[in-house]
Amino acid sequence: MKLIGCSLLFSGWLIVVAALVMLTAFLQRAAFISAGLGIEIVGLVLLTQAYTAMQRRAR
Amino acid sequence: MNQVNPVNQLNLTLCLLSILLTPFAAAGLALIHQGLGRSRSAAHAMLSTLCALSVAAIVFVLVGASWAGHAGGAVHSFQAAGAQWSWLGNDALLARSIVLDGSPGSLILCLQIFTAGLAAIIPLSTGTDRWRLAPICLATALFAGLVYPLFVHWVWGGGWLSQLAANFGIAPFEDMGGAAVIQVTGGLMALSVAWLLGPRRGKYSDDGMATAIPGHNIVLVLFGCIIALVGWIGLECATSILIYAATPQQIVGIMINAVLSASAGCLAAVLTTQIRYRKPDASLSANGWIAGLVAGSAACSFVSLAAAILIGAVAGVLTTYMVEIFELRLLVDDPGGAISVHAGAGIWGLIAFGIFGTQSNMTLSNHLLAQLIGVATLLGFMLPLIHGVNLLVNRFVPYRVDRDGDWQGMDIRELGAGAYPEFVIHADEFIPR
Repeated sequence: MKLIGCSLLFSGWLIVVAALVMLTAFLQRAAFISAGLGIEIVGLVLLTQAYTAMQRRAR
Repeated sequence: MNQVNPVNQLNLTLCLLSILLTPFAAAGLALIHQGLGRSRSAAHAMLSTLCALSVAAIVFVLVGASWAGHAGGAVHSFQAAGAQWSWLGNDALLARSIVLDGSPGSLILCLQIFTAGLAAIIPLSTGTDRWRLAPICLATALFAGLVYPLFVHWVWGGGWLSQLAANFGIAPFEDMGGAAVIQVTGGLMALSVAWLLGPRRGKYSDDGMATAIPGHNIVLVLFGCIIALVGWIGLECATSILIYAATPQQIVGIMINAVLSASAGCLAAVLTTQIRYRKPDASLSANGWIAGLVAGSAACSFVSLAAAILIGAVAGVLTTYMVEIFELRLLVDDPGGAISVHAGAGIWGLIAFGIFGTQSNMTLSNHLLAQLIGVATLLGFMLPLIHGVNLLVNRFVPYRVDRDGDWQGMDIRELGAGAYPEFVIHADEFIPR
């Protein structure tokens, strides 16, 4: 789950960079950058949950 | 991105004065970290701060300055999609290309020795009471030599984030006082360290209830807040003049906005804790003060006074809730609240700068988009990089002290003596003579 979380974080950033390079219209760019950020947040949540579950198991 | 004119004596004097004030930010943070930790790890906390500052300064000059580069300096870059992507500085190692004569390059180097150290000491408060000194030094070396210079180059060294206007027609990502470069990178490092270290022993009971482990000296914490304000003002003035060509007239605005953001953050935290817990919480209020400074440092004087107050107030409230969520819901033991204060409030400050103001001539929506790209880069690229580096170091030099050390305290375990030896009750003092 940690690996998936980290991968989603990085994938979200790649979407943001791709939007910057491939799109020119402001609204399209804004939409894809928001989507990239959304994916990053999902990745961050997954990563956090993985570590929270690890702490619970350690107890 | 313009730089200070070395001929302008007023700018030079202001820069030097501002840079001289910057170490006070580190002093303030060190006092806060030490005060929020336990007394049995107080000397270790201060020594760790000194070691981290020392390692960061030396490694940054040896390697980091070369990779951080400066606007107009030599860079590693590649051409893609019709744009020039400057991704790493290419100055000579050991800062040999910089002449120490008061030139912009030398002033930036002087400032960044302190800013690298400031970013490096942020995670220390998260790892207090359990992060060993040797891995602290190693992690700091990698942070100041590899991770920090990379992002510094992207934002302050003429890298791709500062070139968004030239390459893609949107506003450049702007970080006037180091909210992203210093605070958020430091805060993300703190998050990674907290994940790897796990909570202090005794922090959570078997059924998952969090135990309050109060800081041992709240007076030091509150005094540290005042000291930090002085340092923050110096830091914001220096970066604004050196990196973003702020005029001496704008210095007044920077000072006023810094005080207003910090004050609003502190008062918001006081009010929030008063409403939620029926009494103001001193340590959370101190966190609110620093959160206000952190959030306000993204925009410095480039937002109105009212906006500075709003940015600080939201940061204060946000921090109060984030500290609780991290501690109670996510089981992240962060004694100094560094993740919430530096990463959380820093990200809010960067977005708020996009909402309330801009230094460039672009529209606010364009500027907000650029700020979001910066935040996405911090979360999507810098966090995995920082965490990867920490996982690697932790594999070879374990971060966490052993079980006995956890109970003994870091002072006795690692330094062999406590910070407050007079507080120890010696058994032989009670033996009849």
